[in-house]
Amino acid sequence: MATVRHSKKACAVNPLKMSQPIGGALAFMGLADTMPILHGSQGCTAFGMVLFVRHFKESIPLQTTAMSEVATVLGGFDNVEQAVMNIYSKSRPAIVGMCSTGLTETKGDDVEGYLKLTRQRHPELEDTALIYVSTPDFKGAFQDGWAATVLRILQVLVEKPAAPREPARVAVLPGCHLTVADIEELREILESFGLDPVFVPDLSGSLDGHVPEDFSPTTIGGTRREAIAALGSAGLVLAVGEQMRTAAEWLGQHIDAPVQLFDRLLGLGATDRLMAFLADHSGRPVPTKYRRQRSQLVDAMLDGHFYTGGCKVAIGAEPDLLQGVGQFLAELGCELAAAVTTTDSPVLEHLPTEEVLIGDLEDLEAGAAGCDLLITHAHGRQMAQRLDIPFLRMGLPIFDRLGAAHRLALGYRGSRDFIFEVANALIAHGHEPHPDDWRTSDAPEAGAAAAVA
Amino acid sequence: MSTLSSTVQNVFNEPGCGKNQGKSDKERKKGCTKQLQPGAAAGGCAFDGAKIALQPITDVAHLVHGPIACEGNSWDNRGAKSSGSLLYRTGFTTDINETDVVFGGEKRLYKAIREVIDKYDPPAVFVYQTCIPALTGDDIDAVCKAAREKFGRPVIPINAPGFVGSKNLGNKLAGEALLEHVIGTEEPEVTTPYDINIIGEYNLSGELWQVRPLLDELGIRILACISGDAKYSEVAQSHRARAAMMVCSKAMINVTRKMEERYGIPFFEGSFYGIGDMSESLREIARLLIERGADAELMTRTEALIAREEARAWAAIAPYRASLAGKRVLLVTGGVKSWSVVAALQEIGMEVVGTSTKKSTAEDKQRIKEIMGEEAHMFDELSPREMFRILKDAQADIMLSGGRSQFVALKAKMPWMDVNQEKHHAYAGYVGMVEMVRQLHLALTNPIWGQVRQLAPWESTTLTLDSPVAADAASTAQVEAA
Repeated sequence: MATVRHSKKACAVNPLKMSQPIGGALAFMGLADTMPILHGSQGCTAFGMVLFVRHFKESIPLQTTAMSEVATVLGGFDNVEQAVMNIYSKSRPAIVGMCSTGLTETKGDDVEGYLKLTRQRHPELEDTALIYVSTPDFKGAFQDGWAATVLRILQVLVEKPAAPREPARVAVLPGCHLTVADIEELREILESFGLDPVFVPDLSGSLDGHVPEDFSPTTIGGTRREAIAALGSAGLVLAVGEQMRTAAEWLGQHIDAPVQLFDRLLGLGATDRLMAFLADHSGRPVPTKYRRQRSQLVDAMLDGHFYTGGCKVAIGAEPDLLQGVGQFLAELGCELAAAVTTTDSPVLEHLPTEEVLIGDLEDLEAGAAGCDLLITHAHGRQMAQRLDIPFLRMGLPIFDRLGAAHRLALGYRGSRDFIFEVANALIAHGHEPHPDDWRTSDAPEAGAAAAVA
Repeated sequence: MSTLSSTVQNVFNEPGCGKNQGKSDKERKKGCTKQLQPGAAAGGCAFDGAKIALQPITDVAHLVHGPIACEGNSWDNRGAKSSGSLLYRTGFTTDINETDVVFGGEKRLYKAIREVIDKYDPPAVFVYQTCIPALTGDDIDAVCKAAREKFGRPVIPINAPGFVGSKNLGNKLAGEALLEHVIGTEEPEVTTPYDINIIGEYNLSGELWQVRPLLDELGIRILACISGDAKYSEVAQSHRARAAMMVCSKAMINVTRKMEERYGIPFFEGSFYGIGDMSESLREIARLLIERGADAELMTRTEALIAREEARAWAAIAPYRASLAGKRVLLVTGGVKSWSVVAALQEIGMEVVGTSTKKSTAEDKQRIKEIMGEEAHMFDELSPREMFRILKDAQADIMLSGGRSQFVALKAKMPWMDVNQEKHHAYAGYVGMVEMVRQLHLALTNPIWGQVRQLAPWESTTLTLDSPVAADAASTAQVEAA
C-alpha cells in the first residue's frame, strides 16, 4: 500500500505532466477520417502538434479555433463555427472532434450550444459527427483528457442495438498508455480466440507509420464511425487501464453487455488472467503459440532475475503506465525507490512502494539519486545524464529515439521483451570493479591515498 | 492589459518594418492584426515566439506562468546550444490549477519565483505571461517588481500571452521586454572598437560557433548575441557595442532599430548562410566597425580571411557539384531563410523550383526576385496537399523545410532536408555551407530511394526486383558519388 502525496511546490520544475486537451486530441486521432480541433489560442494546438510529430514521426492532423484576445472576451461562437465550416469545406471529414482548453474554459464558452447552433445554420453538416469534450488545461492530465474523450465518443456515436447481438464482437477500450504495437498484439490475441475486436480508439491504424497512397489532411486510418455506431450489438466490453473504467461501465450499461477491465496486461500473472478470461469467454482453448510464448516469458524471467533482483528503480509515468510497469518490476524483484505521477487514480495506492508523489521530474530526480535504473519519458534524458544511471524511455513523448509507436509491452511476448530491455539497460551500464571499490572510507589507507593525491 | 496593447501597437508601428514602409498612415494605424483563420491556421502563438526568442539566453531561469499546456507540452524542444550554463533547458512553470483561475495566481507566481531563486540561483528570472492568467488579470509586472525588490535580482516580465497574436509578434514582444528591462542595465568592464552585437541569431545546432572563430581571428568581439548562447549580463551590457548585425529582421528588427536610436549603434542586415552572403556579412561588419573607429587595416585582414575561407569552401564543395548541379529544390521556409538559402543553393548549381514566402517581408520577397529573377515561383500559401502533389509528380527532387512538413515529402517518397529550428546539422558560415552541401548530397543519393519507390512484387507481375523499371528507379538515385 502506498501513500499518495501531492507536491506542495508553487513551481513545477521539468514537467512530467502534459495537458488534458492534447490527450483528448490523441484519442480523436484513433478514429478514421477525423479532424481533431482544440478550441483555444493557436499555440495550444501548435505545441500539441509538435509534440506528437516528434513522438510519432508522422504528419499530425490537428486544428485550432485560433482564439484571439478579443474573440475570447466576446465568446468563441464565430470561431467555432468558422473552424468547423473551414474544415468541412476542405476535407469533408466523418468526424470533427473538439476539445476545450484552459482559455475557453476560463471564459466559459458554451461549446455544446455553439455546435448545436452551427448545425442549425448549416444543414450540410448533417452527415458529419461533431463531438465536443471539456478538457481544461488547468485540471487533470493527459490520460484524463484521453479518458474523457473516449467516453464522449462512445456517448455520441454508439447506437442502441437494432441488429441481433453478435457475441464474438468485443468493444475494446485501450488506455492511452498502450502503443500501436500493444494494440496490434492485443488484437491478435483476441482474434486468435475467434473474437472480433473493435478498438475505440485505434491508433494502430492511424499512427503506425505506414505510407499511404494519397495525402489526407484528416486521419489516415483508425476506427470507422459506423463500426463504433454498431457496437450496440457487441457481446463484451473489454477495457485496459483504470482510466477507462468510467467509459467501459457506461458502455456496458448502455448496450447491456458484460464489462471486463484489466488494470494492466504486462507481466506473467496479468497475461495469464487475460488468457484464462478469454478462454472462458470464448469457450476455446488457449492457442498453442501462446503456451509457447508463456514458456519463453518464464525463461526470460529466469534469465533476467539475476539483474532485476534488488534493482532500485525510479519511475515517472502517468498512473496506468506506472501501475503496469511498477507492478511487473516489483514481480521481478525490483524495488520501486521513487514513483512520481501526474494525476490522481485509484491504482496509485496499490503500488508496491511506500509513497507515490503527484509531482514533476525534479521530484523524481531527487528520489532517483542512488537508483540503478530510471524509467520515464524522453524528458528524463537530462536527469539520467546528470545522475549517470541507465535510462529506459517509456510513455509519451519519446522524441529522441525512433520507433516509439512500435515498442511492445503487452502480453507474454511484450513482457518477455520488456525484461530483456530492462536487463540489457542494466548490463550496458555495467561497472568494472576497481581495486578501491571495497575500501571503507574510514580506513587509514584511503585517507593517506587522498592526501597524496 | 492596457500596457500590453500599447506595446503591441508600438511594435506594429515599427518604422523599420519593410511591410510598414509600403503602408499609408491609416493602414499602419490598423496594425498587423490579421485575423487567423479558425480551422485553417497553423503555427505558434505569441508566447511561443517570445520563448523562442529568449530561451537561448542560457543562464536565465525561464518561468512560464500558466497551466501545464504551455510549458508541459513544449519544453525541451529546441536546439539552441550553450557553451556554459544549461539552466535554460530546465522547464519551470507555475502549472496553475482551478483555484488559481478562480482566485488569481499571483501568490503562486511570487512563491514560484522564490523557489526558483532559492534552488537554482540564476542571475535573472524571466517570467512569461500566458493566456489564462492574462484573462483572469494576474498582474505579472507587479509580481515581478515585488520579487525584484525582495530578492535583489532582475525578475523580468515577458508580456506575450498566446492570444495576442502570432509567433512572430511574440518574437518582437520579447525584444520589447529586453529593451525595457535588460539592455543597458549593466556596464561592461572594458569596451573595444571591435565590439559588435549579433541580433536575431539563436545558435541553433551551434551555428554561431561556426562563425565565431572567424570573428575571433579578426579580433572582433561579440559583445552580445541576442540571444544565441548569451548570458544575461552580456545582453544587459550590449548597448556598448560599436555596430550590429541583424540576422533575422522578422524577429528582432525592433530591438536592432531601437538600439540604433537609443545608443547610436549602426546595423546592417546580413546572413550567415551561403558563401557569398557570409563574405558580404564579414565585410559589412568590418566596414561598420571601421566607420566607428576601428583601424582601417581591419578590412585588409578581413579580405585576406575571406579569400582563404572561400577558396577552402569551394575546394571542399567541388566534389559534390556533379551530383547536385541541376537538381530541383522545393524550399518551404520563411523569413531570412527564404532568400539566404536560395542564394546558397544556387551557388552550387541547384535549381529552386519554388519558395514559400508566407513569413517573408516585402524586402525578403524583393531579394528573392533579385536572386531568382522576376518569374520566381513564390508561394504565399502552399498547402500540404499541394506540396505532396509537386513532389509526387517529381517536379522537385528534394524538399527543404521545417520538421512539421517533413512527412509530406517522405510519404511522397522524396528526399527531405531540415532547414529549420529542430535540425541536427549546423549550416552557418563557410564550414556550414560545406556541411549543407554534404547533407544535400547524402539525402539525394541515399540508396533507399530506388528501393522504396518500387512496388511490392505481388502488386504487379511485370515488376520484380531486377526489372528494367526498378533498375531505372535505382539508377536515378545512385547519382555519381563524390
